[in-house]
Amino acid sequence: MALEITSSRADPALLDLPWRTPLEEWPEDILAALPRGISRHVVRFVRLDDKIVAVKEIKADIAAREYAMLRNLRRLEMPSVEPYAVVAGREAADGTPLDACLITRHLQFSLPYRALYSQNLRKGTAVRLIDALAVLLVRLHLAGFWWGDVSLSNTLFRRDAGAFAAYLVDAETGELRERLSDGQREHDLDIARVNIAGELMDLEAGGLLQEDRDPIVVSERIVERYRDLWDALTGSESINAGERWRVDERIRALNKLGFDVDELAMTTDIGGTTITIQPKVVDSGHHSRRLLRLTGIDVRENQARRLLNDLLAYTAAHDRQADDEEIVAHDWVDQVYLPFVRAIPADLRAKLEPAEVFHEVLEHRWYMAERAQHDFSITDALADYLASVLPTKPDERSVVGVDTVEMPVVAD
Amino acid sequence: MATVKFDNATRIYPGNDKPSVDKLNIDIQDGEFLVLVGPSGCGKSTSLRMLAGLEEVNGGKIWIGDRDVTDLSPKDRDVAMVFQNYALYPHMSVADNMGFALKIAGTDKGEIRKRVEEAAKILDLTQYLDRKPKALSGGQRQRVAMGRAIVRSPQVFLMDEPLSNLDAKLRVQTRTQIASLQRRLGVTTVYVTHDQVEAMTMGDRIALLKDGLLQQCATPREMYDRPANLFVAGFIGSPAMNLVSVPVTEGGVKFGNHTLQVARGDVAGAGSEVIVGVRPEDVEVTTNPDGLELVIDVVEELGADAYIYGTPTDSKIAIEGSGDDALAKPFIARVDGRRVPTKGDKVYVYPKAEHLHVFNKSTGERLS
Ligand SMILES: Nc1ncnc2c1ncn2[C@@H]1O[C@H](COP(=O)(O)OP(=O)(O)OP(=O)(O)O)[C@@H](O)[C@H]1O
Ligand SMILES: Nc1ncnc2c1ncn2[C@@H]1O[C@H](COP(=O)(O)OP(=O)(O)OP(=O)(O)O)[C@@H](O)[C@H]1O
Ligand SMILES: [Mg+2]
Ligand SMILES: [Mg+2]
Repeated sequence: MALEITSSRADPALLDLPWRTPLEEWPEDILAALPRGISRHVVRFVRLDDKIVAVKEIKADIAAREYAMLRNLRRLEMPSVEPYAVVAGREAADGTPLDACLITRHLQFSLPYRALYSQNLRKGTAVRLIDALAVLLVRLHLAGFWWGDVSLSNTLFRRDAGAFAAYLVDAETGELRERLSDGQREHDLDIARVNIAGELMDLEAGGLLQEDRDPIVVSERIVERYRDLWDALTGSESINAGERWRVDERIRALNKLGFDVDELAMTTDIGGTTITIQPKVVDSGHHSRRLLRLTGIDVRENQARRLLNDLLAYTAAHDRQADDEEIVAHDWVDQVYLPFVRAIPADLRAKLEPAEVFHEVLEHRWYMAERAQHDFSITDALADYLASVLPTKPDERSVVGVDTVEMPVVAD
Repeated sequence: MATVKFDNATRIYPGNDKPSVDKLNIDIQDGEFLVLVGPSGCGKSTSLRMLAGLEEVNGGKIWIGDRDVTDLSPKDRDVAMVFQNYALYPHMSVADNMGFALKIAGTDKGEIRKRVEEAAKILDLTQYLDRKPKALSGGQRQRVAMGRAIVRSPQVFLMDEPLSNLDAKLRVQTRTQIASLQRRLGVTTVYVTHDQVEAMTMGDRIALLKDGLLQQCATPREMYDRPANLFVAGFIGSPAMNLVSVPVTEGGVKFGNHTLQVARGDVAGAGSEVIVGVRPEDVEVTTNPDGLELVIDVVEELGADAYIYGTPTDSKIAIEGSGDDALAKPFIARVDGRRVPTKGDKVYVYPKAEHLHVFNKSTGERLS
């Protein structure tokens, strides 16, 4: 049987991989030892030219389905791993058929939760991961995606200005609908809660949970955070006709949560004394979109918030509030952001992304100022940070060497 | 434990003009294993999800025991979807892997241990309770996952193609395990599959759907022996039932040159032609010119038996497919393995009188 490769771009390097060998037996020298979450299928990371891809061995029909689903999620601009290819029709040298492989691009600077826990963590990480997952789940649900297997293992995390941003990694059980029923959302939440509690209890049993936190209490947080966010984004509220400013207030509150309101339904009662407002279409990434528009810098939501704040401070410091926003932004990029990024030595760039370094340096500057009781320029703060902090950090572009687990279910 | 009732349950997806499940009526007994089966898109999953609370019900009601659950959220229905990608946790013991979800629900320790031990006994996992999942075989891991659902002791188990991502060997093994486990537990179970063999081997009763409409709900034996219509006749059984369009005559119907006795009342008003169905094992095969003449295309030897696949020499006679698949099919007959005709031979075939199925040609309904 011939190999069938489905891929949006023809990549001849794919052909060089040892498709006739079961994934479990692929030679070490082509693998990248990156950490993974718990999984039932065999998953390996492989170097392919200049990139790293994740290869998952799985039944052909499920691979094709998951590939298509990930493409749909990307089209909807949902944060998820990028599908790369499906390789089917595999056969071992002796002719026995092998399962297909789903290939996704390794998400750079992403951290599986198990890797996060094996590092020395700041307090509150468990909670911040849950908060990020709640945002992801709300976004997916708003887009009509029912996940079916919400868990920490099926999510990847990237740093986002001290918090985390969550990405979907396993879409195997997912389904895309016009909209989700309450029952479907509740079911996903229930699955999330049980899985998160299980995953944290597992870390606890393995002595890996560094924080003294009750897994059950942490797992309940997903439900609370999800509900709060869902209500804020979709709930309707009644206001008096004389209080129109409250419409603006609602929109601003949603912006603060990181969402833009693209469509808002407003209905008045018969007498016209009260107005009911309800957001209909909301779109996350309010700050990151704004920053992208102003500066062309593409970063995550909280990082963007941080950079926008710095831009604001720059505008004030140079007394340029009256100038055109985009012109000031352009100057800020030229005079502040680009010099900052260029100052990070090449050999330290795999540690953290520039926008995250920017956030850390602003934090660092604050600590320096507090200690010295006077202000420092960002240039001074960066120099100190590069000398004393960044070199001690692990490389996170592709984190290496933590325990990972597979629990294959196969006949024996 | 509980009964389940689909009471005219209807689901129309937004944007569709026609229901995906149309006025479904099924009464499921307490402790029964009911299999929903049918071709892709027939509405099996939708029906199951309406019961689970995952899909809105647009008409009719759903009952669990004497509770109307139509508008309850999934959590409040006391049903468990089994095998939805249960992960096994490497650092936790088998017992904890089975019982941890009860801890979340606030069940006390003693009760959890008791339920885990009971489930382990049924699943034959008692001696592994304190081990880690890594030390288990693939089949045992599968059973731990089942244990997770069992310890919750829900009123109803729901399973949607739970075996679809297992390899063939483990699938057959697990199929048997699930069926025997369900019988021991006695928990009402609704199981979805597209595989009629799976349905026939596992279910106490089978509900066969097509295009959102229930075709028949009966025991596997009844479905096999008295299919309610042409669709059921063609779907259940492998190899499939032979279906042949034949003329109605005085005193019966004409199968080739063989007259089959059919009660006059049965075919009255059915028109000049009816469809006769006969399962491959109920075919009389002879070399005397009696019946429908076939040329044998293929002989499949199975040891004690053999199957012959033939084409009628009269090219006007076509063997009908089931409703879905109207392509002409070969006529299939099972013959004694010691007297197998050879490829190219001409033989005559007709249904054994006691195993004859007759269907209305235009409505597809069973007549005999
Ligand atoms: N593109 C990727 N980038 C980074 N990590 C990845 C990627 N794809 C997979 N992984 C890692 O591999 C792990 C297993 O992948 P995945 O969840 O898809 O496997 P699975 O066998 O389907 O899991 P499950 O048992 O939940 O069904 C993930 O938890 C994640 O840590
Ligand atoms: N979310 C949806 N929106 C619109 N139509 C849907 C949706 N889900 C299912 N359908 C349609 O409803 C019908 C029944 O689907 P359902 O998934 O219940 O079938 P099934 O018997 O389980 O099929 P399969 O064996 O392929 O899973 C199909 O025609 C399908 O296209
Ligand atoms: Mg996974
Ligand atoms: Mg998966």
